[in-house]
Amino acid sequence: MTINPALLLIAGALPIPLLRGRLRAVWMMLLAPAALAALWTLPEGVHGSFEILGLQLETLRVDALARIFATAFLAAALISMVYALHLRDALQQTVIPIYASSAVGGALAGDLITLFVFWELAGLSSVFLIWAQRTERAYRAGMRYLVAQVASGLLMLGGIVLHVNAGGGLEFGFIGASSAGGLLILLAVGIKCAFPILHAWLTDTYPEATIVGTVALSAFTTKFAVYVLARGFPGTGELVWVGVVMACFPIFYAVIENDLRRVLAYSMINQLGFMVAAVGVGGTLGVNGAAAHAFADILFKGLLFMSMGAVLLRTGTAKGSELGGLYKSMPQTMVLCVIGAASISAFPLFSGFATKSIIMEAVAEEHRTIVWLLLLFASAGVFHHAGIKIPFFSFFAHDRGHRVAEAPLNMRVAMGLAAAGSILIGVAPNLLYGLLPYEMDYSAYTTSHVINQVQLLLLASMAFTVLMRTGLYPPELPSVNLDADVIYRRLLPRLWRTSVTGLTRLRDATAPLHARAGRLTSSSTRPLQTASWTTDVMVLWVALLLALFLLISLL
Amino acid sequence: MKDDPVNDDRRWLDEPRNVDRVVRGLYVLCALVFLADLLYTKDPHFGIENTFGFYALYGFLGSVTLVLVAKELRRVLMRPEDYYERSGDDD
Repeated sequence: MTINPALLLIAGALPIPLLRGRLRAVWMMLLAPAALAALWTLPEGVHGSFEILGLQLETLRVDALARIFATAFLAAALISMVYALHLRDALQQTVIPIYASSAVGGALAGDLITLFVFWELAGLSSVFLIWAQRTERAYRAGMRYLVAQVASGLLMLGGIVLHVNAGGGLEFGFIGASSAGGLLILLAVGIKCAFPILHAWLTDTYPEATIVGTVALSAFTTKFAVYVLARGFPGTGELVWVGVVMACFPIFYAVIENDLRRVLAYSMINQLGFMVAAVGVGGTLGVNGAAAHAFADILFKGLLFMSMGAVLLRTGTAKGSELGGLYKSMPQTMVLCVIGAASISAFPLFSGFATKSIIMEAVAEEHRTIVWLLLLFASAGVFHHAGIKIPFFSFFAHDRGHRVAEAPLNMRVAMGLAAAGSILIGVAPNLLYGLLPYEMDYSAYTTSHVINQVQLLLLASMAFTVLMRTGLYPPELPSVNLDADVIYRRLLPRLWRTSVTGLTRLRDATAPLHARAGRLTSSSTRPLQTASWTTDVMVLWVALLLALFLLISLL
Repeated sequence: MKDDPVNDDRRWLDEPRNVDRVVRGLYVLCALVFLADLLYTKDPHFGIENTFGFYALYGFLGSVTLVLVAKELRRVLMRPEDYYERSGDDD
């Protein structure tokens, strides 16, 4: 009998609100390991296929690419659920496994319909992790998040319809961006993968989620999108440049951003940039690099978000301008955070070193000099904001006098799991390489690679030190920075208001004219306008207007 | 919180003298890894990697550029913390 790990997670999530105390905790901790066991006992190949309405669905397909992503998602599910154990909030504790199941199910989907179902589930379930904050601000952020997710889902659906109509078939394999359907699907993925301009929802709303919610959000949606890219669009050359822009522009924002959870959201786009560029390069090293780095990123980015979540829980703030000196009160969290920072910065013996280097190697083998130089710049940049800024401004810098308790035990255990995974990948990368979709002859630990990476990072930290001590480093200031979200949070609502008041004024100004025109035409039998409007066209327009209205009022 | 020094829990790192020591240690370490380029044979993909201390120089200059450019970007991008919450402006 085959068990779909995603369905197992969903089924296992449902009793959580009914369980109490220790029983609930044990149940939550068992869920992800059970799903992992189900995943790894499945033989490679297609299971769970059936026909409905003449469509051949393959709800469960296991191959190396699907398995490594599903494994990473289940590891993240386990870590997030341990991190959530201290909560007395059944909503979040139930939503996390359901949300995780959407990424697992998507990774194991063999056809596009199944993929679409899980793609939608990912958006619809995860919004509750923002709403669970239960504030007006979070409610609005959740709405903005939902609009982005639903828009992505609609584009995906439209793309699938076009793709199938053009004879592409329902099977989820290589899609490519050469057809209209493929382009729509790529655009849908681009929203969830935070392509430039389309990224605003991520940095806007992730930091508005609950402490636990942000940790779960950081693992699934974006890496699910990377998986769809790796499966459907490997070797799509344009993606290389998309990835380079994603790797480079967020690091500038990250340097001046004050909310440390938002700094991590920017750094997430930066890391996604490496993966997108790798998918664009394609081939053995490209796809392997994207998959390996996604795996490592799920662990170290989760770890960093968890450490900032612990700081937020204990001090009530995650703002750089209000933090500092926490190494005195939260030394264990500090050490775990530094492990995450070293991993994302790709220090030798930490996971990023073993995984990001595959991507750099893939780019170098193609002799893409400018791409390579820009990614190297982004590597130094990520060390700056995620490697130094995050631990420095929260745990060191100026002692702000926070005297708080260490993070709760379950949080430390969850961070410990992610830290152990990050170090394991860094120390024994072959364990991860063995899971990658393609066989490759690659070793991260060559003399020149180790020395060069240490040179890059140490001198980057020297740059930070020099800038700090000369006072040139921009101070942490209470502020927000304009990004693409200004378009839908400021410009569009303003435009809407201006045009509405403008139209009202115009109507008032022309009212006397209307009256006169009415007297003039009253002799004619019927005005032209009413003749050309049939009922169904009218209903359509009303529906469209209402939809637009709803959209704008939700924003 | 407050910007005045907190004295209830003085640690080794609270002494400016010790911070200076750490920084000096870092500078020495940086000089050493910069000179490490003498010690091994490079296996470059690009000609530019043959420049002496390329990675070190690139890491340093790249970081300084990043921070200074980001700092200038604040003039254009930075807004008050409640920018999106001010009454009547965001709905």
